[in-house]
Amino acid sequence: MSEQSLYEQLGGEAAVNAAVDIFYRKVLSDDRISAFFEDVDMEKQAAKQKAFLTMAFGGPHNYTGLDMRKGHAHLVARGLNDSHVDAVIEDLGATLRELGVKEELIAQVAAIAESTRNDVLDR
Amino acid sequence: MTTIRYANDKFELEPNESVLECLTNHGVPVPFSCRSGVCQTCLMRATGGKLPETSQQGLKDSLKLQNYFLACVCYPDADLEVALPDDKDVQAVIPATVLSLKLLNAEIMHVELVCHEPIDYRAGQFINLFQHQTLGRSYSLASVPHEDDHLHLHVRRLPQGRVSGWIHDELRPGETVEIRGPGGDCFYIPGNNDQGLILIGTGSGLAPLYGIIRDALSQGHTGPIHLFHGSRDLNGLYLTGELRDLVNQYSNFNYVPCLSGEDVPHGYVAGRAHDVAFQQIPNLKNWRLFLCGHPDMVKTAKMKAFLAGASMKDIYADAFNVSKSS
Repeated sequence: MSEQSLYEQLGGEAAVNAAVDIFYRKVLSDDRISAFFEDVDMEKQAAKQKAFLTMAFGGPHNYTGLDMRKGHAHLVARGLNDSHVDAVIEDLGATLRELGVKEELIAQVAAIAESTRNDVLDR
Repeated sequence: MTTIRYANDKFELEPNESVLECLTNHGVPVPFSCRSGVCQTCLMRATGGKLPETSQQGLKDSLKLQNYFLACVCYPDADLEVALPDDKDVQAVIPATVLSLKLLNAEIMHVELVCHEPIDYRAGQFINLFQHQTLGRSYSLASVPHEDDHLHLHVRRLPQGRVSGWIHDELRPGETVEIRGPGGDCFYIPGNNDQGLILIGTGSGLAPLYGIIRDALSQGHTGPIHLFHGSRDLNGLYLTGELRDLVNQYSNFNYVPCLSGEDVPHGYVAGRAHDVAFQQIPNLKNWRLFLCGHPDMVKTAKMKAFLAGASMKDIYADAFNVSKSS
């Protein structure tokens, strides 16, 4: 068994950098969720996506459940629900598949993203 | 002992303490979030001293060159003078004398300024020009530091524009104004010489682009350079002669004047500049883009360019937001 962390197995910061544009492009082109991104500053949003991917890849982060709640409260007010979280996790999986990441690692990433669901939806 | 200087204060850095920890421990309100060099919330700028390389990891090249860094991962070995990115005191006011004023078209004035002190800028950045102490506006630089002796601005007269109206109607050669700057990260970065560049501008958004193009060409950029300059009608375009001269001089430079109105004479392309650009070059993977001018154009073009394959780090934009007080 490999003793490398998930983050190391995925390729660390280089992997995050490779994934961030692809992932953000998928999210913006995804009709199920793109409306939530209409009036955001793209540079700032890309930085947030990078922080999110770093966390989902098992990398260093300082996200807390409270941050997640605060950060998404305005979207929950606009109707953010489980189906939108599903869409994001799907787009995340598709991004990793496009980069040739093994399914077992994709499942681990999806599980980390999944663990934020209740905080994101503020319940 | 390493000292961190911020505003009028001096703090001693404890062993293994980051600049962020040092400042926040002393009550300086530096915003932060991830504390691991990822989220870029704690972006600061060094105004003196040498930055450790790791403190600039992951930043856009244009920010690195301006000494921006991430405070949470900054562990300097030597004294450092730092500021928050929007601290006004980062830059001193510089007096500048108007050398010439010349209309480029009915509404855009070419302003040439001689600075009383040297100003270190890059073509495409902007300066703030002050009518008086509390009334200033941002104008992009069309000049290139190593090519032009003075600063060049293209000032468009805005309806009820207080500063632009003053520049057009009252300012005279020989008068001295105050400027502050430069600012902005929309400029050409040498390297990757064969990358294709696409520049899209509306109205006086041509100012920074004209600087960036000449900067890139003079630094030996060999990749294709496409300029799409848009206006509603012919009267809104300018520098067309100069740009056509550049086309004749450089085989890799292409100039496409675009008109979104109904009357489109021979030699011009019908349509809005960004629509024409993305029609002519549909796949933007590996291209570098510069978008300047009307905020709606910049916003739309940024999104379209990204979705058409351009990488976020390759999109440089400067939206010309109009001040609420005009």
